[in-house]
Amino acid sequence: MSDCLIKGNEAIAFGALDAGCRCYFGYPITPQNEIPEVLSALLPEAGGSFVQAESEVASINMVLGAGSCGIPAMTSSSSCGISLMQEGLSYMSGSHIPGVIVNMSRGGPGLGDIGPSQGDYFQAVKGGGHGDHRSLVLAPATAQECYDMMFRAFELAFKYRNPVMVLGDAIVGQIKEPVLRRPPADAPGAAGLEERAADWRLEGYGRRGPDATPRLLKSVYLAEGALAARNRLLQEKYEAMKAETSVACTDVDDADLVVVAFGSIGRIAGSAVRLLRAEGCKVGLLRPVTLFPFPEAALQQLAKQGKRFLVIEQNLGQMIEDVRLAVRGIADAAWHGVMPGLFIGADALLDPIRDALREI
Amino acid sequence: MTMTEDLLAPRPDEELVFDANPVQADRITHYCPGCHHGIAHRLVTEVLHEMGVAPQTILVASVGCATFTYDYMLVDSVEAPHGRASAVATGVKRARPDRIVYAYQGDGDMGSIGLAEALHAANRGERITVIFVNNTVYGMTGGQMAPTTLLGQKTTTTPKGRNMATEGAPLRMSELMAQLDGVIYAERCALNTVRNIRAAKKAIRKAFEVQRAGLGYSFVELLSGCPTNWHMDPVAANERIGKDMIPVFPLGVYKDATGGRPDGAAKEADHE
Ligand SMILES: Cc1ncc(C[n+]2csc(CCOP(=O)(O)OP(=O)(O)O)c2C)c(N)n1
Repeated sequence: MSDCLIKGNEAIAFGALDAGCRCYFGYPITPQNEIPEVLSALLPEAGGSFVQAESEVASINMVLGAGSCGIPAMTSSSSCGISLMQEGLSYMSGSHIPGVIVNMSRGGPGLGDIGPSQGDYFQAVKGGGHGDHRSLVLAPATAQECYDMMFRAFELAFKYRNPVMVLGDAIVGQIKEPVLRRPPADAPGAAGLEERAADWRLEGYGRRGPDATPRLLKSVYLAEGALAARNRLLQEKYEAMKAETSVACTDVDDADLVVVAFGSIGRIAGSAVRLLRAEGCKVGLLRPVTLFPFPEAALQQLAKQGKRFLVIEQNLGQMIEDVRLAVRGIADAAWHGVMPGLFIGADALLDPIRDALREI
Repeated sequence: MTMTEDLLAPRPDEELVFDANPVQADRITHYCPGCHHGIAHRLVTEVLHEMGVAPQTILVASVGCATFTYDYMLVDSVEAPHGRASAVATGVKRARPDRIVYAYQGDGDMGSIGLAEALHAANRGERITVIFVNNTVYGMTGGQMAPTTLLGQKTTTTPKGRNMATEGAPLRMSELMAQLDGVIYAERCALNTVRNIRAAKKAIRKAFEVQRAGLGYSFVELLSGCPTNWHMDPVAANERIGKDMIPVFPLGVYKDATGGRPDGAAKEADHE
C-alpha cells in the first residue's frame, strides 16, 4: 500500500474501503463531500454498494438496514445532517445494530457555516437522539488518523453491535497531508467483520440450516419489565466500552498544567504546548482520542498528581463539563473557547495557556 | 407427531386440500376484530410459502398497527423507525442482493412521514417489494387523519370531516408509484370481498415474482378495513370499502413494466 498525499476526507474513504466497508449511504454536505465522491467511484469497483440517499434520514436508516444484515456499512455527513440521523442512531443502539457514522462537523447552530467547529460534542457523546442511547465516539486530529480510525471504528461497531461515530471537523476533513495507506496487520477485513455477526445477523433463516428459526432485530419492548431488562443490557454494554478509552498525551509527566483538547484543536494545542515548552513552561497536552468513552480515569490520575487543567475547545463550552466531572473533588479545570467557524493558529493559544499557568 | 397432528393427518382415502401455512405463526394476533391486517399477513405469508422463498426472505416491519407483524410472519425481520421502512429495506437489499426483501407499511407510515423514502426507493428501482396497507386512518395512535383519509371522513383530528380547503385531498399512492420509472409493478387491491382477496393474492404473488426475477421495484396497495377507528362493525366496514373507498381509490394494475416477465407469473388480476 502506497503513501499518498490526500485530504482527511479522502483518508476516511480509503480507510473505510480498506477496513472492509461494503455499503455507503449518504447525502451531500460540505465539508465532507470527498467521502461520498471517492466511495462512489471505488466502492462499486470493490464489489460494494454506494447509494446517494434522498436525505440523511434515509441514509442512516439504510445503514440500519445493511447493518442488520451484519454487513459493514457507513454514512458520513456534517452537523445539520447528523441532527437528522438521531432517531435512526437511537434505533440502532436499541436494536444492537452496528454502523459507522462520520461527522465532519461545521459551525452551528442552524445552517451555521462550513468552517471548523466542535459544537457537536454534546450531541455526539451524550447520545443526541431520544432514550439512553450512546455511540462510541472517536476524534481524529490528522489525515493519518482519519485513515487509521476507520479500522478501529468498524471493529468497535461489530464488537459492541453499536453505532460508532468518527467526529472530525472542517480542518481535519479538508487538510491535505501525507498518509500511509497501510491496514493494520490484524485488521479483520469485510469477511472477518461479517463473521463476527454470524450469530445475530439477518440473512434469511434458510442460511442457518434446516432447523433454523427466524431472527428479529428490534428496539420495541412493551411487556412490563422488558424494556428495563433491555436497557440494563445497554448499560452493561456502555460500561464495557470503557475498556476502549484512549488518549494521546505529550509532555504531561512533569507538567504543572495539562491542556485538554481534542481533534483539530487538540493538534493546534499540541503545537502551542511545544512552543511553550521551548520557553520553559511546564505544560503538557492530553488529547482524548475516544470522546465516548471519556478518559475520566486518566484525568483523575493526573488530578491526583496535583496537576491543573485547561480545556480548549471550539465551541461555547461542552467538553469542559466532562473534564470537571472527571476531576471533581480533586482539581478544577479552566476553560478557553475558540469561536466556531474561526481558523486559528497555535499562536492564538499561547496567551490563554500562559494565563492559565500563571493562575496556578 | 403430536396427537392433534395425528388426528388431522389425512387418511389413505383422503386428499389433503388445505393445510396450515407454516410461514404464518400459529398464534392469536393482537389485531382488532374485523381488521384486515390479518388477511394481508395471511396473503403475504401464503405467497412466500408457495414460492418457497421464506427461508431466503427478510421482512422490514414499519411502525403502526403492524409494528408486530414479525410476530406473525416467520421470516428474518428488522424493525424500521416510523416511515423509514423503504430506506431500511434499501439498506437490507443492498447488503444482501440475493435475498427477497419486503417492507410492510401503513398509509401514515408510507404516505405521510415516510413519503420521501417510499418514492425514492421506488424511483431508484430498488429490487424490493412494498405492501402498502391503506385503511384511511392512523390506526395505532387512535384514528387520526391519515394522508389517505377520504374527504368528509371524520377522524379524531378531523372532527368535522376532512376538508379539501384545509387538509387537502386523499393521497393516491398507486397513481404516484405509476409515474416512477423504477417501478416495475404497481397494483391496487382491496380486502373487502372473497373475490378481491383472491385478486390481492395474485397481485402479491406477481410483486414478489418481479422481485425474484430482479426486475425492479414492486408495490401492492391493499384497501383495508379498520372497524375500530371507523366506528363500524366489520360487515359495515367491508361495505364502506366498496361504497366509499374504491370510487376514490380505483382498483387495478397501475403499472406493469414486466413485459411478460417473469415466465409463469400470475396472470392479470381479477377484481370486482
Ligand atoms: C417519529 C414518530 N412519530 C410518530 C409516531 C407515532 N405513531 C405510531 S404509529 C403511527 C401511525 C400509523 O398509522 P399507519 O401507518 O396508517 O398504520 P396503521 O396503524 O393504521 O396500521 C404514528 C403516528 C412514531 N412512532 N414515531
